[in-house]
Amino acid sequence: MLEKHKKIERNSMLLLVLTVVAVSIGGLVEILPLFRMQMTIEKVEGVRPYTPLELAGMEIYKREGCTTCHSQQIRPLRDELQRYGHYSLAAESMYDRPFVWGSKRTGPDLARVGGKYSDEWHVAHLKDPRAVVPESIMPSYAFLANTLVRDSKITQKVKALQALGVPYTDEMVSEAKRDLQLQTLPNEDIAGFQARYGDKVAIRDFDGNPNRLTEMDALVAYLQKLGTDVDFTTYNPDYRIQKAGAK
Amino acid sequence: MSNKPSDKNSAKNSADKDIDEPTGVETTGHEWDGIKELNNPTPRWWLIVWMITIVWAIGYWVVYPAWPTINGHTKGIAGWTQYGKLEAEKAQIDARQGEWLTQFRQSDFATISANPEVYEFARAGGEVAFKENCAACHGAGGEGKVGYPNLNDDDWLYSGTVEGIHHTLKVGIRSGHPEAHITQMPAYGPMLKVEEIDDLATYVIDLAKGDKAVQTPAHIRGEALFAANCVTCHGEGGVGDRNLGAPRLNDAIWLYGGDREAVVQTITHSRAGVMPTWENRLSEDTLRQLAIYVHGLGGGE
Repeated sequence: MLEKHKKIERNSMLLLVLTVVAVSIGGLVEILPLFRMQMTIEKVEGVRPYTPLELAGMEIYKREGCTTCHSQQIRPLRDELQRYGHYSLAAESMYDRPFVWGSKRTGPDLARVGGKYSDEWHVAHLKDPRAVVPESIMPSYAFLANTLVRDSKITQKVKALQALGVPYTDEMVSEAKRDLQLQTLPNEDIAGFQARYGDKVAIRDFDGNPNRLTEMDALVAYLQKLGTDVDFTTYNPDYRIQKAGAK
Repeated sequence: MSNKPSDKNSAKNSADKDIDEPTGVETTGHEWDGIKELNNPTPRWWLIVWMITIVWAIGYWVVYPAWPTINGHTKGIAGWTQYGKLEAEKAQIDARQGEWLTQFRQSDFATISANPEVYEFARAGGEVAFKENCAACHGAGGEGKVGYPNLNDDDWLYSGTVEGIHHTLKVGIRSGHPEAHITQMPAYGPMLKVEEIDDLATYVIDLAKGDKAVQTPAHIRGEALFAANCVTCHGEGGVGDRNLGAPRLNDAIWLYGGDREAVVQTITHSRAGVMPTWENRLSEDTLRQLAIYVHGLGGGE
């Protein structure tokens, strides 16, 4: 057997062909399942694309490296359910480009942080984490409250996501710049915005300063949306339906 | 197999094999400036372990979910899923809580507080849930912070009974829940003059002093303003109204601070703290346990 090996090693063309064959098998095993990935995403009701303001917040989340210390994936383990709520569903992050699941928890998981705290709490916490959580080692992000949201590229961003398959309508693309502002202005005409993104969307001033659209507004809007799309009082997982069908 | 030890010393030391003199091991035949490479076989133990892992992997594919197929994936003969494992774990914990959990679920609050064992079970469960969900605002011991009420005292904004606490936990305050506590103090900045707000602040601060308050002219002017603007909700003498969530003002407990600056700020711009609704986030069991825990912190009625 070792002698045959020698033959391969000393015939460069044969070595090349067999290398290609070996690498191809490895590649196919890794790549082919990705083409069938849609099949693994269980269909659930209620998941909607991010609003422009939430998208801006997600950009800040990525820019500030929040994923370094915070994950966004609750695993189906009993103690995680006890602490964070229902385990994360694939569909809940299907409009994340790229996803921000993270892999390390220096801080707590944030997959269901939406609605867990008030806006005031988030603002106080982001400005000075130790003011509300004495044992926290999170850095301060007070500058977010003084930094205006840069909106020059929001339309292109929504358009790019639309091209990638996120179901944004053409109207959502053309109105993106206005919608970015509207989400913090509950006294304006918000009927169109609600028609586009649904009436569950939180429309209010998030950072306690109604006069300016700051990065604090965007980040808090994003955090308050996390994990709130699916109504788990009516959710019936596929595996349970299949199990019932099999019986 | 050429890696048998006997091969090394057998009569195969023919001309095409190059044997290293000191070790007696065959070389690969490669030579770099007189340095040759020994061709030692892979250790036998390593080879065996490697083959066992291959056999193990094949066994794993048969027993557990493994390969993607056109319409899904191979399920494995053990029928294992992470969801099945999760449900088994949950059932295990429910079984461990067994007797108490059943009694807890079947009893109302009055029955629970009369039964020390079930009460302690509920209180302990509530304590764990409090640390994870409530401590971020109300503090680890329920001591509160500016803007977040202290839960250890008997000064309640809304009801202080265990049923009332349970209701507040469920619906929240200005939380967006359809039944949430939504009453809201108006901002008096646009309605009163700056001097009037100052007089009103004097009176409100004096209310906390009780009988020791000095009847200054500002106090007397403030009293009239209070009667005209505030008594509807805060009551005669600032006793408060829990149906409206209007705080009691004739005590020394302040949610947003009792110094002049803070009181003027409150009257001018009003305050509207938010507590989330916990109805669908926490289970009904957990909500009831939390109500019992908070009720037992010291101020329960």
